[in-house]
Amino acid sequence: MSLDEKTWGELREIAARYPEARSGLLPMLHLVQSVEGRITPEGIEACAEILGISAADVNGVATFYTMYKRRPVGDYHVGVCTNTLCAVMGGDLIFERLKEHLDVGNDETTEDGTITLEHVECNAACDYAPVMMVNWEFMDNQTPESAVQVVDDLRAGKEVHSTRGPRLCTWREAERVLAGFPDDRADEGPAAGPASLVGLKIAREKGWTAPEGEK
Amino acid sequence: MTDTLTPVLTDNWDAERAWTLASYEERGGYSALDKAFAMAPDDVINAVKESGLRGRGGAGFPTGMKWGFIPQDNPRPKYLVVNADESEPGTCKDIPLMMASPHTLVEGVIVSSYAIRANTAFIYVRGEVLHVIRRLQRAVQEAYLAGHLGKNIHGSGYDLDLVVHAGAGAYICGEETALLEGLEGRRGQPRLRPPFPAVAGLYASPTVINNVESIASVPSIINHGATWFASMGTEKSKGYGIFSLSGHVQNPGQYEAPLGITLRQLLDLAGGIREGHELKFWTPGGSSTPLLTPEHLDVPLDFESVGAAGSMLGTRALQIFDETTCVVRAVLRWTEFYKHESCGKCTPCREGTWWLTQTMARLEKGQGSEDDLELLLDQCDNILGRAFCALGDGATSPISSSIQHFRDEYLAHLTHGGCPFDPAASTAFAPVGAEA
Repeated sequence: MSLDEKTWGELREIAARYPEARSGLLPMLHLVQSVEGRITPEGIEACAEILGISAADVNGVATFYTMYKRRPVGDYHVGVCTNTLCAVMGGDLIFERLKEHLDVGNDETTEDGTITLEHVECNAACDYAPVMMVNWEFMDNQTPESAVQVVDDLRAGKEVHSTRGPRLCTWREAERVLAGFPDDRADEGPAAGPASLVGLKIAREKGWTAPEGEK
Repeated sequence: MTDTLTPVLTDNWDAERAWTLASYEERGGYSALDKAFAMAPDDVINAVKESGLRGRGGAGFPTGMKWGFIPQDNPRPKYLVVNADESEPGTCKDIPLMMASPHTLVEGVIVSSYAIRANTAFIYVRGEVLHVIRRLQRAVQEAYLAGHLGKNIHGSGYDLDLVVHAGAGAYICGEETALLEGLEGRRGQPRLRPPFPAVAGLYASPTVINNVESIASVPSIINHGATWFASMGTEKSKGYGIFSLSGHVQNPGQYEAPLGITLRQLLDLAGGIREGHELKFWTPGGSSTPLLTPEHLDVPLDFESVGAAGSMLGTRALQIFDETTCVVRAVLRWTEFYKHESCGKCTPCREGTWWLTQTMARLEKGQGSEDDLELLLDQCDNILGRAFCALGDGATSPISSSIQHFRDEYLAHLTHGGCPFDPAASTAFAPVGAEA
């Protein structure tokens, strides 16, 4: 299937954001994923044509970065952090439970096409370990039971919220935001989760502040 | 005497809708712009030099000095690139900063770009943090509409465009020259230096690359003065920084304090190690910084003291592990991470991390022999200082430091015929009092 005119236009729009067009390639590939559900040969050809580089060059980039997928991704990409700290705090057990519950292996998608399960590396939320990402939104302080509940709710079509963010969108919608086309969810969710605020809370209680500055 | 905690960057995180321009401006946000525009760019650079601010992304290079390396007689455009690719295992400070107060970063970008005379700046943010990217996109949009970005900012005659650029999953892009490759639409593999980015960086033009927290600290220096900033911290590690506690502590989270605070002080604030357990080992600044033990509880967490203790301050990512944690399992997992993230450009790292993983995995299963410890150290010796960038060096840190401090535990795997620990006991959801 070839890309439609709107997508071609948006791919060109991304390239035009930069002093040199090729800088747009990473977000352009995110847009390809949002439209195609994965990196497709058509998407690669389109990027190559717009940027005036070879398809092999684009392919080389697309295969380097782990967020680009060659096989179709489900509506919800579920990433369980199994880097050391999260693994020790329970990430390994969460990942095992989800594999069993969903009957899939790493980087595989459920038969109904809703969930793609993958173990991921550190996602910079270690103070909320163990952490799971759904479409790259934070699901903090998970247990095997809470993780199963999240995927069950997603498969049942229920509205699920990030523990520190907005209503979850689909993976394709998320990829569109990463391509630099914002949605309307920036104002959802809190400024910070509880762990982000622990030090500040203590400072407030004790009356601790940075020194007075020059004026 | 400075207070134990000194919230500056985190100070507005508990404000109502802290991420919005309205909330940020209500607290005096963007006031550093007019102060900076009233100064000559070189004076802004000098203020940052005098403050003693050192890079908050791990390496600790003096920020003002880095800015001073930009050859202003070079006719090519200058660029500022913010490294928001926070991916070092354990590091979790920049992501909450950008989620709670993206305008702090945007204000810092404007002042810093003015100082180095850049008219285009980029925030390279890792792709795996959707909501943070939304907040950055919105903040940049708001800043344009308010006249903080774009043409003739605040009537100063200074123009700046700022692009939020989402990465696509690659730890190596935290390395500044690999990041530039990614930003140029290429595979994220590090470049040979020299030339350094200050001379030939993005599009072969003079480029400054700074960590999020470094750039976010700049408005406070302009607002309150270099002396104010330097009044916090230690003689050579000045100012405040965000310390991130994670793992087996009662209250993990972000603690903003002057550099030089100790882990013992931080643990006191965090309610100590989780109930019924004791500290076994910790990283001072991410997985690439050699492990420390309880004997290092009173080491001042500044660049010099942590270095003297045999590790590195890094990103102040304090990952805390109690006695239920198997250090061999922990180190194996980090080793697998480095193998996965090795970009493949240089042989010592590409092949070396593969061999490290083989040897570590064998030991973790209780196979192999005591000689494998020497083999591991030999492999580390063949990587450290011989790899193209710091990723390879980082891969050796957990291994050599764990053998130094916990050799007996490696041997216990051999005598036990496998791991003697119960992985369930180390989890956050283990019953209180569970033993390894």
